[in-house]
Amino acid sequence: MPSKPAGTLYRGKVGMWSWVLHRITGVAIFFFLLVHVLDTSLVRLSPEAYDVVIATYKTPIIGLAELGLVAAILFHAFNGIRIILIDFWSKGSKYQNAMFWVVVSIAFVIFAIFTPRHLGNVFG
Amino acid sequence: MSIVIEPPRTAKPKRTNWEKWGWIYMRVSGVALIILVFGHLFANLWVGEGIKAIDFAFVAGKWSDPFWQVWDLLMLWLALIHGTNGMRTIVNDYAEREKTRKRLVWILWATCVALIVLGTLVIYTFDPCPANGTPENLPSFCPVNQS
Repeated sequence: MPSKPAGTLYRGKVGMWSWVLHRITGVAIFFFLLVHVLDTSLVRLSPEAYDVVIATYKTPIIGLAELGLVAAILFHAFNGIRIILIDFWSKGSKYQNAMFWVVVSIAFVIFAIFTPRHLGNVFG
Repeated sequence: MSIVIEPPRTAKPKRTNWEKWGWIYMRVSGVALIILVFGHLFANLWVGEGIKAIDFAFVAGKWSDPFWQVWDLLMLWLALIHGTNGMRTIVNDYAEREKTRKRLVWILWATCVALIVLGTLVIYTFDPCPANGTPENLPSFCPVNQS
């Protein structure tokens, strides 16, 4: 009976899933960035055009989507530091698993602090 | 008659290793973007009423200050190149036909350049008190709101 792959730095387990999450959050942030440069550019057209479009950012559905965006940015940012540490810190690959959970914890704490305030601004 | 023996040579100097510089760029710009993007989110979504307070007057107030002009300009360039290079990596991984891959990468960089040019022009040709703005949409420091 072949045993299941034990998992390495990259295959299976945390190493692989952090890579998958880094890609998904990266693509999501990229497409938001494209839209965000375009919507901000409306300030050059007229104040009214900008205000009308930016008002959609304050609606409940987009307001909730902003939480998703912030969550994606938090993970991508802190996991990016983890990647740099794996590359340059001599003990980086040894602690990559622990560092993943540190990344998730820090991202979660900041997200938990940000969420009530943002929801208050959107729904209040 | 002496025999000339060619000295051993390493391979002739390679051309610029763009993949290496791309790899370095992702890490350097990534660190800078952590500061730039979190600063941006803090100023726009956390301070005061957050998203609720964002309108033309808010942007005009920020871009009347060279500090935020430079901040946003750096963020624009670094983030778009970082994001485009990341997308390029993904396209390289998954595009099966070479022609498709090349086309997609070309579209990515064309989009990147277009948005960088657009964004840079917007930041540096921005007028916080444009003639086509009604006073209630303009910041309080505009002459039309000073009477």
